[in-house]
Amino acid sequence: MSNVGIVIVSHSPLVAEGTADMVRQMVGDEVPLAWCGGNGHGGLGTSVEAIMGAIDKAWSEAGVAILVDLGGAETNSEMAVEMIGEPRAHKIIVCNAPIVEGAVMAATEASGGASLKEVVATAHELSPS
Amino acid sequence: MLQLSNDHSFATAGKVQTGNSGDMTALDLSRLITAAADTIADHAEELTALDQAIGDGDHGLNMKRGFEAVRAEADLFAAKPLPDALKAIGTKLVMTVGGASGPLFGTLFMTLGKEIPAGPDRASLTVAFGKAIEAVAARGKSQVGQKTMLDVLQPVHDALAEGKTAAEIADIADVAAKATVPMKALRGRASFLGDRSIGHMDAGARSTALLVRTVGQAIGEDA
Repeated sequence: MSNVGIVIVSHSPLVAEGTADMVRQMVGDEVPLAWCGGNGHGGLGTSVEAIMGAIDKAWSEAGVAILVDLGGAETNSEMAVEMIGEPRAHKIIVCNAPIVEGAVMAATEASGGASLKEVVATAHELSPS
Repeated sequence: MLQLSNDHSFATAGKVQTGNSGDMTALDLSRLITAAADTIADHAEELTALDQAIGDGDHGLNMKRGFEAVRAEADLFAAKPLPDALKAIGTKLVMTVGGASGPLFGTLFMTLGKEIPAGPDRASLTVAFGKAIEAVAARGKSQVGQKTMLDVLQPVHDALAEGKTAAEIADIADVAAKATVPMKALRGRASFLGDRSIGHMDAGARSTALLVRTVGQAIGEDA
């Protein structure tokens, strides 16, 4: 798919899946989408390995925007991008935006064929700072 | 990994030589890994209790899971040249510790591996350790004084640079970890508590101090 992909990373698998569900229902299937949540051992948390898997799943040559919830999700997502490395790393951006609103808005932008830069900018507009 | 004796013997690939000049006693990396995993396992409950006070209470369990995963492949790591071994250990920690500690401790070891020469002396170790601390600070978007593992790492780096012994460095690390008690957390989950984070030791600072002592002791026994 040529549209920018969206990855949702929450400490809670329920929040991640629910957010992805909202994106699917509100935006449709025109955007590569993947989610991950939980520490892989049944608890709350995020896993670098799972994030790398989600990026693979939502991969698009146009790039991937990642939406995260709390700090650890951001740190782990940045680590995942670094471990994926170039030539893909520069096409993956961790957004500074609220996870639910950010995912829906970014996906809406992406579904119209916007560039990664435009998709990320749309998500960042939701951020208070 | 650490060559702390006051002479200038050099570590070779996968081994760390710690004896006096001419004494080729080498510390097997697998033994160091075992000692580190033992330390984390022995203190897992304490670390979890510290983290329950101001974090999300998973630090002990997470660190134990990560270091047990490293222990399980200790021989594999020990067979590699030191830089490759450290990078592989870091990657393993990233993948297995989870939480925010995985990327932070993982980045420490991965950067150490990237920056350290195959046969480090104290000077090159100190430089590599400094780079690793910078990488951890960047990963956590943090700096010294914010109640994190950096508050232990930086004094340990300074002590290394000043030529302190392994025992002195271990004590400095302990004091530094205790010094996080009155600090207010500005990063991580504990920062949500604001002033209520004051009065508790940072779990990551404590685990860092424990590891510093273990590494020093493991080398000391061989020296």
